[in-house]
Amino acid sequence: MAEMIPPKERVKREQIPMPEQEPKERIYNFKEVPLGYTQEQAIYEAQRCLQCKNPKCVPGCPAEINIPKFIEKIVEEDFSSAYLEILKTDDLPAMTGRVCPQEEQCQQVCILEKQKKPIAIGRLERFVADWARENNIHGNLPKISKKEQKVAVVGSGPAGLTCAADLAKLGYEVTIFEALHQPGGVLVYGIPEFRLPKSIVEYEVKEIEKLGVKVITDFVVGTTKSVDELTQEFDAIFLANGAGAPRFMNIPGENLNDVYSANEFLTRANLMKAYLFPKYDTPIKIGKKAATIGAGNVAMDSARTALRLGAEKSYIVYRRSRKEVPARAEEVHHAEEEGIIFNFLTLPVKVLGDGKGNVRGMECLKMELGEPDDSGRRRPIPIPGSNFLIEVDMVIDAIGTSANPIVARSATGVEINQWGYFIIDDNTKTTTKEGIFAGGDIVRGSATVISAVGDGKVAARAIIEFLSSGKSLRKRF
Amino acid sequence: MYKIIKKEKLDDAIYSMWIEAPEVASSVQPGQFIILMIKEKGERIPLTVADFDREKGLIHIVFQIVGKTSEELFTLKEGDKLFSFIGPLGKKTEIENYGKVITVGGGTGIACIYPITRALKEAGNEVISIIGARNKELIIMEEEIRKASSELIVTTDDGSYGRKGFVTQVLKELLDKDKFIKKVWTIGPAIMMKVTCETTKPYQVETIVSLNSIMVDGTGMCGSCRVTIGGETKFVCTDGPEFNGQLVDWTEFMNRLSRYKDSEKKSWDLYHEHTHPCSCGRGTN
Ligand SMILES: Cc1cc2nc3c(=O)[nH]c(=O)nc-3n(C[C@H](O)[C@H](O)[C@H](O)COP(=O)(O)OP(=O)(O)OC[C@H]3O[C@@H](n4cnc5c(N)ncnc54)[C@H](O)[C@@H]3O)c2cc1C
Ligand SMILES: Cc1cc2nc3c(=O)[nH]c(=O)nc-3n(C[C@H](O)[C@H](O)[C@H](O)COP(=O)(O)OP(=O)(O)OC[C@H]3O[C@@H](n4cnc5c(N)ncnc54)[C@H](O)[C@@H]3O)c2cc1C
Ligand code: FES
Repeated sequence: MAEMIPPKERVKREQIPMPEQEPKERIYNFKEVPLGYTQEQAIYEAQRCLQCKNPKCVPGCPAEINIPKFIEKIVEEDFSSAYLEILKTDDLPAMTGRVCPQEEQCQQVCILEKQKKPIAIGRLERFVADWARENNIHGNLPKISKKEQKVAVVGSGPAGLTCAADLAKLGYEVTIFEALHQPGGVLVYGIPEFRLPKSIVEYEVKEIEKLGVKVITDFVVGTTKSVDELTQEFDAIFLANGAGAPRFMNIPGENLNDVYSANEFLTRANLMKAYLFPKYDTPIKIGKKAATIGAGNVAMDSARTALRLGAEKSYIVYRRSRKEVPARAEEVHHAEEEGIIFNFLTLPVKVLGDGKGNVRGMECLKMELGEPDDSGRRRPIPIPGSNFLIEVDMVIDAIGTSANPIVARSATGVEINQWGYFIIDDNTKTTTKEGIFAGGDIVRGSATVISAVGDGKVAARAIIEFLSSGKSLRKRF
Repeated sequence: MYKIIKKEKLDDAIYSMWIEAPEVASSVQPGQFIILMIKEKGERIPLTVADFDREKGLIHIVFQIVGKTSEELFTLKEGDKLFSFIGPLGKKTEIENYGKVITVGGGTGIACIYPITRALKEAGNEVISIIGARNKELIIMEEEIRKASSELIVTTDDGSYGRKGFVTQVLKELLDKDKFIKKVWTIGPAIMMKVTCETTKPYQVETIVSLNSIMVDGTGMCGSCRVTIGGETKFVCTDGPEFNGQLVDWTEFMNRLSRYKDSEKKSWDLYHEHTHPCSCGRGTN
């Protein structure tokens, strides 16, 4: 057991930086960029925690993890207990430890943030989850008796998985229906291997299956079976099908051969493993100069993937300025280290073809910032006549996603708003049809893994309340 | 799951299989398709549902060997299982009693047009079917189509069977002769569907095509399958696969079909370095 050091000493210590693969090296492979803390590093970092009486970090975490407690267990070198502590509220710790925007959540409110050295909570969470996986430590299987009520979960992203896990722990019979051939949602098809190894997603999904959750892949709710049909077989339903439809700019030339949506590009690369072509059969076509439109996490992932797949130059093209970039700071930093070229205040207006269907360039306008818009950010305004050409031979649209109507169309009485997202009661995640709940990106629009996890938890509680009061979607005779 | 119950050879390069997929079979409608994967490392390929048996929970697919995955599918035997089989996908054919209609099938498109032809006839239409191929050996499912339609006309390019010439010549004659043709459906190679639409255009007969664009998920998530229809971008997998053919931007559609030409060839060549299982004559030196 490592010693508790006096608070004065704790404050003096600096945050342990994350060991990382060198940029020069990593742009040629898909291995994970941050390597993870060693045991010694984790303990040293954990010792810095002030163990606040009224910790700010806990309410800062949408999954309500008891952060000081699991960190204390790390100091005690009782990693197994640290893991079980996290598992109490977060079933996907190896993933959230990696992809959560901690700098805007738990770490932002850490008391040490004032000195710009908050506890590296995400890295510690990742350390614990990785340690447990490598040492074969598992959560305790529920010892409660099986309940007879059945719940259907549509979609196996973080929202669906979390809700299913919470319900299964209480003995409900849960079936997840997933359209793709592999569970995990964006975690398997969107976020690249170099940020979130797929073996980890697979592992955490397996752990949830061990709780008794049944995952049925290759099942498209809305076409294989409608939500209406599911209401005849299940007592309650949680809709967590994500905001999976790609958005395009709607500019001329966007359907040329070498224009991808980020969803297509990343799905080919990640889910279908096109980066291992021809060992895997799915192809992907990479240009010499790739432009990614947008500057969120999805754009960073796309630009960095293009680089790894062989693009000589990989550009980010963004209509606002550096200050407004929505991607996590860490992702932008990694992208810059790798040589991604940022074109700020640039708006594509046309993709130019070579007459044979291939891309030869992109016409853009220069922008300037005006008054703040609805989002509170300064509105980008095109400068007339500032047209210029960027020479590229591939374009990736990473400007966001919208609701895919397949599920909603098959759910009578479940209302959607003007953007196609389900209308819910925020406290219970109940849709306009009692017994049907919804959460994650299909309610919020593209958001974060942890907010999807949070929605899954709230919905699970509401479903339990619904079922415990004797209600059901099914007509029982 | 997804067991191959029956495999049949329709011609040297076209095969058919009945696959066990009860969930798909219980809800599929004419015009819809499935996506399958042979193995975990495989790609997702879309195939039209050529027929189905709801009671037995079976789906019938007909495929032509055109590249690596279709050839690998051909090497599977009865009793083998597929890794993944998803569907039904896409919108169903709008079946109504229109009166007198024509269905036109070419190549594997003959198999794809079969359930549509049958459903149209069952809905009370008088259905004239035209099926065509390069030569007699390549004409498939003739008897099934004959039974499903009111009248069947077969064409071969070389005249080895039925009428000599292209399906579009017969179609033009029918349209000249009969002013009461209400609607035409055509499924086949892109170029055939395009020419069919050009043929029907002067007669102002609405012509429905089923587009076979390159897909990944097949559920509206990726946009790989997008096409321009009447100036608007549409997804073949969720807005189609059937569209008014006269509104399709055929140049763009055909360009996009060639997106992965180089990789497809590489895949095929590598596969054939190790094995050359099929008798279609392609790629086997
Ligand atoms: C490239 C990329 C990078 C990202 N990076 C980060 C990051 O670093 N940090 C972060 O916090 N967030 C990130 N996000 C956002 C985050 O991944 C999402 O907010 C989160 O995954 C939403 O979870 P969800 O469960 O609501 O939906 P999803 O993860 O989208 O899962 C929905 C699931 O439902 C399935 N489905 C859809 N339709 C049907 C149907 N009809 N029938 C059956 N199943 C269906 C889908 O196939 C999918 O598996 C990123 C997103 C992307 C695309
Ligand atoms: C809705 C739909 C229904 C279809 N129905 C049938 C059918 O009933 N019978 C049949 O034989 N074929 C059908 N196809 C085409 C079939 O999917 C392709 O022939 C198959 O994917 C070829 O794979 P491959 O590896 O053997 O050939 P490849 O070497 O990969 O490619 C050969 C040709 O197939 C096309 N192709 C390649 N990958 C895909 C893909 N993922 N999606 C679509 N096309 C692709 C390419 O444009 C190329 O011209 C259909 C396609 C669609 C979209
Ligand atoms: S195949 Fe992905 S959207 Fe149509």
